[in-house]
Amino acid sequence: MSILLLAFDAILLTTLLGLATAAVLSPEPRRATMLFIAFGLWLSLVWARLSAPDVALAEAAIGAGIGGALMLAAARRAARRHADIDADATIDTSEDAR
Amino acid sequence: MNRDLSLLIGILVSLFAVLLLWIVYITLSAETGPRLATLALEQLPESGVSHPVTAVLLNYRAYDTLLELAVLLAALLGIWSLGPAPAGFQLAGPALAVMARWIVPLAILTGGYLLWVGGHAPGGAFQAGALLGSAGVILRLAGHPRAGLPSEEAQRWLVVAGVGVFVLIGLLLAALGYGFLTYPKAGAKWLILLIETAATLAIGATLAAAYVGGRPLGAAPPSTPTPTEDARA
Repeated sequence: MSILLLAFDAILLTTLLGLATAAVLSPEPRRATMLFIAFGLWLSLVWARLSAPDVALAEAAIGAGIGGALMLAAARRAARRHADIDADATIDTSEDAR
Repeated sequence: MNRDLSLLIGILVSLFAVLLLWIVYITLSAETGPRLATLALEQLPESGVSHPVTAVLLNYRAYDTLLELAVLLAALLGIWSLGPAPAGFQLAGPALAVMARWIVPLAILTGGYLLWVGGHAPGGAFQAGALLGSAGVILRLAGHPRAGLPSEEAQRWLVVAGVGVFVLIGLLLAALGYGFLTYPKAGAKWLILLIETAATLAIGATLAAAYVGGRPLGAAPPSTPTPTEDARA
């Protein structure tokens, strides 16, 4: 039984570290945010395993849920702003060419 | 980025990681001194709630929770100062609309349950508020431009309700001679419940308004021409 639990903890921790690394190293904000949401949900499992259900609830609801939604909205807005700037830049260069 | 600079940052971050690991090691290998947990559990009958986490958050360390609410309020004021909210999404298709119609009441009901159960089991104002906030996020995604929040003036009252009720109760207790946020044993439960209810509403409104992402849209949009502008035109 304890060996099973140990294996479960090992899987939990390695996946958590893997998700964290992937979220930090991901170049695209949208992808990084999705990985961060998965990381938050996984972290709430770790908190539950540490018998801290209060922190697990808060992590799942605020860290992963609301935080993830806010970051997704921010990533979308940033991408739109970049697209606008790029569009302006292409218009400028075409006008310069003329 | 400069190659030398990234190397330097890498070395600094590694040093910091080693420092953190060393701190964890000496914490784990140190002898267990007097712990606060025993003290907190001893005083639990005096605190008005039977769940130790809620007792710490709303009674022993009420200052911390008050300041957390103030941080949320400051964050929302920052978001509102960035300008008016962008227009909402288009109205949801039938599948999302039906899902919102089921999920939003469920989220509100679960939020109320978490608020009440926080007195004796895991739950509490922040979790309940986060559920209310996510109900607002779903409404916004389903095409309600104000995320189900009331008018701008009511929103202002809602988002300061948490800090306001907290400080008012604290000052009232201080005026009655108990000390700031030191609850009398008899009324502690109801004072904590009152503070938590106000905090839940404030957190829910703040998180939903943060997702809207700008100053709330008034009843009359500012682009409607006023008589003076017509005269000038």
